[in-house]
Amino acid sequence: MTTETLKKTPLYDWHAANGGRMVDFTGWSMPVQYTSIINEHNATRNAVGLFDVSHMARFRFDGANALAFIDGLVTRKVADLKPGRIRYGLVCKEDGGILDDILTYHLQDSEGKSYVWMVVNAGNREKIAAWIQERLPADVTFTDYTEQTAMIAVQGPKAMAIAQEYIEGDISDLKYYQGREANILSHPGLVSRTGYTGEDGVELTVPAENAIKTWEALHVAAAEVGGHAVGLGARDTLRLEAAMPLYGHELSEEITPLQAGLGFALSWDHEFIGKTALEAIDQNTLPVRVGLEMQDRRVPREHYPLYSGDQQIGEVTSGSQSPTLSSPIAMGYVAPQFAAEGTLVDVDVRGKRHAAKVVPLPFYKRK
Amino acid sequence: MSTDNLLFAKTHEWVKVEESDGAKIATVGISAHAIEALNDLVYLELPEVGKEVTAGESFGEIESVKAVSDIYAPVSGEVVEANTALPDNLDSLHQDAYDNGWIAKIKISDDSALASLMDKAGYEKMCAEEG
Repeated sequence: MTTETLKKTPLYDWHAANGGRMVDFTGWSMPVQYTSIINEHNATRNAVGLFDVSHMARFRFDGANALAFIDGLVTRKVADLKPGRIRYGLVCKEDGGILDDILTYHLQDSEGKSYVWMVVNAGNREKIAAWIQERLPADVTFTDYTEQTAMIAVQGPKAMAIAQEYIEGDISDLKYYQGREANILSHPGLVSRTGYTGEDGVELTVPAENAIKTWEALHVAAAEVGGHAVGLGARDTLRLEAAMPLYGHELSEEITPLQAGLGFALSWDHEFIGKTALEAIDQNTLPVRVGLEMQDRRVPREHYPLYSGDQQIGEVTSGSQSPTLSSPIAMGYVAPQFAAEGTLVDVDVRGKRHAAKVVPLPFYKRK
Repeated sequence: MSTDNLLFAKTHEWVKVEESDGAKIATVGISAHAIEALNDLVYLELPEVGKEVTAGESFGEIESVKAVSDIYAPVSGEVVEANTALPDNLDSLHQDAYDNGWIAKIKISDDSALASLMDKAGYEKMCAEEG
């Protein structure tokens, strides 16, 4: 695929002009890094990182039954979601396989009218949009806001202070997984206390035409406190340390929520697609997600096979050097009898076995 | 080290050929251009001393945060020395990919592969075209 056919976020020109090394990420031209993955990672852990997450799909649902409709599509109950609250959940197929992991927001506009906002993985945008369209009731309208808005994640110990400078109204009262409409640089937008780094912070949604102005203002303020623009490379190492699953790696249509360790995202007290299958599955026989810590310095990578003796017991789904721990870490799936903490397994690194230990997740938790 | 007389492989290794006791010794490293592209280096697997290597085949590996890359032998011969100080000092490659940044020395058994290597100007041209 050539650069010309890739989709560009409203911040593309800024990335290209500021050293962003652009790569194809699920059909979008995105910066993988600006300077160094380790620098960008550490800037987020120690100060603040700015992330262009505009490639993530943003959907809006209007109508009195919007929340009830979405409730039937996601594993987590959202019908009882109060205005200003956000919930993580999974969209599953009838057989329980995961179509996507998403956030559902219950928001209110300036006149107090409720609507539902949803953030979906970039690579699953068309699939989920089609899944929704096929089931959309006549009294719910569905609008894709992805291209007319930009989304900027501000993450790190200094994120709240930096973001507050440009947001009207006090955001310190926003608790984790709460969000609301707010003026950002005097333009209507959304702010939510969410993220994908294991740090405190917010995600801002602004009209596409205000994206660069918003980003530049945040970037100036961030740079003054040791912050940095952060590419997808460090976004991946940050979420890996925080043990957040990534669709296409830890999550897929062949994986069920319980295998992925996402039992918290299943509410059994409501009806959703896939529920019957998930209730029937014998969980004890399926591979489960584990954390792995290498016993030497080789870096485990996606698809590296995992062995116990001569028996292949699973596969690495994400692996990297951990910039925070300065050691190699991974997540992967193993047969359940090898999932206990402390179990030693072998990672096949390009034909050679290297020992790794099953460790509890996450690898990193902020103080 | 002046880099003017070095030879470069398409796969971004540099080679310096010297005579020593009648044998031709190739000192091999990774170009500064490739080091910059790899960026965050985290691991280097050195070739084993005594190993016979074949031009064009992997004889070492280097890992960045993002990916693992093979290091290819630019000539055939026997590995006679490896830079054992380097794996614990990977950051130094960003300042010095050539002098202290050498990876291994190969006693050349067949120097025909040297003809396929590029001079500095040719290598820089290739890098510029790759962007």
